[in-house]
Amino acid sequence: MSLWSRHKIFETNSIVLVIGVLIVIAIGGLVEIVPLFYLKSTIEKVEGIRPYTPLELAGRNIYVREGCYNCHSQMVRPLRDEVERYGHYSLAAESMYDRPFQWGSKRTGPDLARLGNKYSDDWHRDHLKDPRALVPGSIMPSYPWLEQNELDLTKITQDMKVQATLGVPYTPDMIEKAASDVLTQASADDPNSVDLAKRYPKAQSRTFGGNPRKVTEADALIAYLQMLGTQVDFKLYDNKANVR
Amino acid sequence: MAYAAAAPHKSMTLGEAGSAIAFAALALLSIIIAAKAYTPEYAFHAYLFAAGSVAAVFAIVNRYYERPAELPPLTIDGKPNYNMGPVKFGTIASVFWGIAGFTIGLLIALQLAFPALNFDTAWLSFGRMRPLHTSAVIFAFGGNVLIASSFYVVQRTCRARLVGDLTPWFVVLGYNFFIVIAGTGYLLGITQGKEYAEPEWYADLWLTVVWVAYFLVFLGTIMRRKEQHIYVANWFYIAFILTIAVLHLGNNATIPVSIFSPKSYIVWSGVQDALVQWWYGHNAVGFFLTAGFLAIMYYFIPKRAERPVYSYRLSIIHFWALIFLYIWAGPHHLHYTALPDWAQTLGMTFSIMLWMPSWGGMINGLMTLSGAWDKLRTDPVLRMMVVSVAFYGMSTFEGPLMSVKAVNSLSHYTDWTIGHVHSGALGWVAYISFGALYCLVPWLWNKERLYSMKAVSWHFWISTLGIVLYISSMWVAGILQGLMWRAYTALGFLEYSFIETVEAMHPFYVIRALGGALFVAGSLIMAWNVWKTITAGEDVREQLPQATQPVLVAAE
Repeated sequence: MSLWSRHKIFETNSIVLVIGVLIVIAIGGLVEIVPLFYLKSTIEKVEGIRPYTPLELAGRNIYVREGCYNCHSQMVRPLRDEVERYGHYSLAAESMYDRPFQWGSKRTGPDLARLGNKYSDDWHRDHLKDPRALVPGSIMPSYPWLEQNELDLTKITQDMKVQATLGVPYTPDMIEKAASDVLTQASADDPNSVDLAKRYPKAQSRTFGGNPRKVTEADALIAYLQMLGTQVDFKLYDNKANVR
Repeated sequence: MAYAAAAPHKSMTLGEAGSAIAFAALALLSIIIAAKAYTPEYAFHAYLFAAGSVAAVFAIVNRYYERPAELPPLTIDGKPNYNMGPVKFGTIASVFWGIAGFTIGLLIALQLAFPALNFDTAWLSFGRMRPLHTSAVIFAFGGNVLIASSFYVVQRTCRARLVGDLTPWFVVLGYNFFIVIAGTGYLLGITQGKEYAEPEWYADLWLTVVWVAYFLVFLGTIMRRKEQHIYVANWFYIAFILTIAVLHLGNNATIPVSIFSPKSYIVWSGVQDALVQWWYGHNAVGFFLTAGFLAIMYYFIPKRAERPVYSYRLSIIHFWALIFLYIWAGPHHLHYTALPDWAQTLGMTFSIMLWMPSWGGMINGLMTLSGAWDKLRTDPVLRMMVVSVAFYGMSTFEGPLMSVKAVNSLSHYTDWTIGHVHSGALGWVAYISFGALYCLVPWLWNKERLYSMKAVSWHFWISTLGIVLYISSMWVAGILQGLMWRAYTALGFLEYSFIETVEAMHPFYVIRALGGALFVAGSLIMAWNVWKTITAGEDVREQLPQATQPVLVAAE
């Protein structure tokens, strides 16, 4: 009997074949994925990373809904041209509250990981409505419906509760104030904005889309885009601190 | 008992009664969910589920009244009584979804060249149409080809009727219902935002039920086999079905916001979510688009060429090596990202090793033609399948090349990746599928031959030209884009703004769309040919003896 003939057991016994396949396909995934959950070096320790405000979270969900990830990455690679074009390379910590992650796989448009505070709110508002009005060569679709759709505030509490269940550090206080936090962040001079910034450091409060009468989907999306990549202060970031 | 009465007592099987009750319950649940749904889009889906469930109850009960008391026998005169109804359905569905998926692909290709074609309309915009395209071609077209061909192959190679009476129908119809829910969901903005895993939690749950049924039917039929050995094609089908189940469960582990909400949040986040996603994503390629279609290769090429599989030992080695190595390759989608370096290096190493079993499969497919190469001149169906294996070899060389970090730093995020995917998808997956469909249609509908071999030839040449235009334009576009992004002036400044690199893509996007249009044209020719074969083809004159099985010498 040669070794080849030993293979007969897989060919004549379907359950053995099934078990064999399951074992063989399990190994690679286990070795690569499981350590990511316990190796401390996977996610750097950095100051400034916080969960999304309710308005930013709503904006992020619109980003996901419209499939922005099909053309925009959110991942600056540590390559000279990328760091010069977009800014500091992305850290794993910066997407630790991202469900789902939106690193993307294609740059039909530019990377957005460090988009925050690069353009004005008005620029974003006009650009979402008609990209070619501002960038003639752009091939991005127009999103005129975003500034017409009022943002649905009724379910944001539930979204945050689920995220808290999954381990995002939303406190009961944050969850309770979710709906009012949305209104606070989307208005110009709300006195509660100081409180909001305590709960969510660096949260920017203003009328993002310029329409003070209602909070639209465009406001939420712009609030999200304006915070992208702004949480970590890279003047203070020490990339040697995480070398173990 | 059967001999006791002239007219045997007719009663519902446990399966019929149970499924009817289950679907009635699902209809009721769907109506409740529809009434309390958070969004109108979700309510629409709940109503679709309700309508589908009611239709299922009607179909089950109606079928019961129409059918004879006895279920179809497993054998007639000692020959297996094959159940080809679900295979026929899957075959037609493949042709339909293929054309739909290719056409949407053409539309989004044109949108990138001419953005006005987004029509400023939410459901027509690129971000929602692109997942529709990928899902329509991979899961709707490819999935139906896989299910139909696997149900055909497993019956013929095991000489046994499919297990289950209603279950095979549940698999094909339930799977296509999943496609409808997934596709309409993207257009309505219901998505998980994970590539190739966009369907939301309730569609995922439904698919899980369908997939378990699929596995049970397939495995049950293998257990019923009259042959001692399980044919090599069935190893690949089993690996495909099992692994896709594991990947699907791992990558869609979500918690819904509410049973009344279409939205869910994934339990993984950030970097872990990224690797789980590409463990899924790359192995959707490895097991859905490779292992499954290799199974098709291992049945249809030997059958069509009337030659045995080239090497039995090679098929053993490349089967186990392929399924072991593929699983590791996911991290090459995350080179230079925030994924830890050790994982990137592992992913790259295994991707390069993967070249060998991939080419093992290619060699085994191509060399099966030994002694029958002349048939390439006379049989355009065989030509299509052989060219598909050649494309498989090409894209499984290109893949390891692109997984090398230095190459990937240039190619990643560019259209080179898109070109690479399409040399595999159009050249390999679609061509081996077309070949299998061209074989299956006359066999299933008992026709002497295809209506027009000339039309197959036209299909082959038109779509080959389309593929060449597509992948060569994307090579140039991708490499140009990657080089422009990293170009520096003599003074040390970045030479191009991003928008200049976008504008430079325009001519290549137009050429790509032209290639896509040719591919769509080819698929329309196929649809016409399939239609004419079924409706006007010449019937098989007499019942010939069963064609011989593809020969694979078994272990001693």
